[in-house]
Amino acid sequence: MTSSFKLEGKVAFVTGSTRGMGWAEAKLLTQHGASVILNGVHSQELLDQRREELKKEFNVDTDAFLFDAGNFEAVQNCYNAIFKKYKRLDILVNNAGILEDNLVGMIRKENVEHTFSTNTTAIIYNLQFAARLMMRNKSGSIINISSIVGKVGNEGQVVYGGSKAAVIGITLSAARELAHLNIRVNAIAPGFIDTDFIKGLTPEKYQERLNSVKMKRIGKPEDVANAVLFLASDYSSYITGQVLGVDGGMIM
Amino acid sequence: MDNIEKLKKAFSEALELSPEEIQDDLSYGNKSWDSIAHLSLVASIENEFDIMLGSDDVIDMSSFKKAKEILQKHDFKF
Repeated sequence: MTSSFKLEGKVAFVTGSTRGMGWAEAKLLTQHGASVILNGVHSQELLDQRREELKKEFNVDTDAFLFDAGNFEAVQNCYNAIFKKYKRLDILVNNAGILEDNLVGMIRKENVEHTFSTNTTAIIYNLQFAARLMMRNKSGSIINISSIVGKVGNEGQVVYGGSKAAVIGITLSAARELAHLNIRVNAIAPGFIDTDFIKGLTPEKYQERLNSVKMKRIGKPEDVANAVLFLASDYSSYITGQVLGVDGGMIM
Repeated sequence: MDNIEKLKKAFSEALELSPEEIQDDLSYGNKSWDSIAHLSLVASIENEFDIMLGSDDVIDMSSFKKAKEILQKHDFKF
């Protein structure tokens, strides 16, 4: 059955798509007809497993690249491969992200560099190459995953919050610069979502976070994926430079 | 079509210039080659030669002569 989201024939690249929100996004975009290219950084095995899962469920042959989205040369090589094979890119989801909590006074240089490289620098690198492919068709949607912490801040997350706030600045600027090419750039700011990120929380912290969600439930990766699907599709064709909260009415 | 003809074609299509206007001294900032046209020119060259240029190449490509040198780095003969 053809999806009303009309992603058939479109090529999508989702960074950090082997787990959590990225995997939910990759699956949903595939389900609605897009050819999704996967990316992971830690495990070739997991990447291969995800390819197999997409093949089994949707009967598609997916490309998958193992590399660090914050590594300039690796990003360049990936887009070279996308260009060679597909000659186009319609959707980029800058999803790869890491979270390391550190209180002020206990922030290591490596923590800052690693977090900004993955959460922020990677977005600029990918956005730049993606835009060059998208501009050929005068069409494209770039979706950057920020965080509610990038908007309102949180204790212990000076580094993470800074890296995610920067994503909003990148999104707003790129949206203005690329609008004339009909390339839309939007951000999603998830709240409290059930991914590996929350595994380190104590039961007390978990409850405290949950209490701050007005809808009284933790978000699912699929909740974020649904927002990605909307922003990737033509249902959002006149929407650019927006930061969409997916947080169940969370107040931090 | 040899490489020089392919490159001239890419330039002439992207910058809307006649082939005679495309000489070694044609450079960024001249005629219709402005910042807006630059990325269209890059895309046109990439399509013609079936490669994706690196970011440094995109930034360094400041003249027709320089474009030839960059393509030579990618093993195209001129």
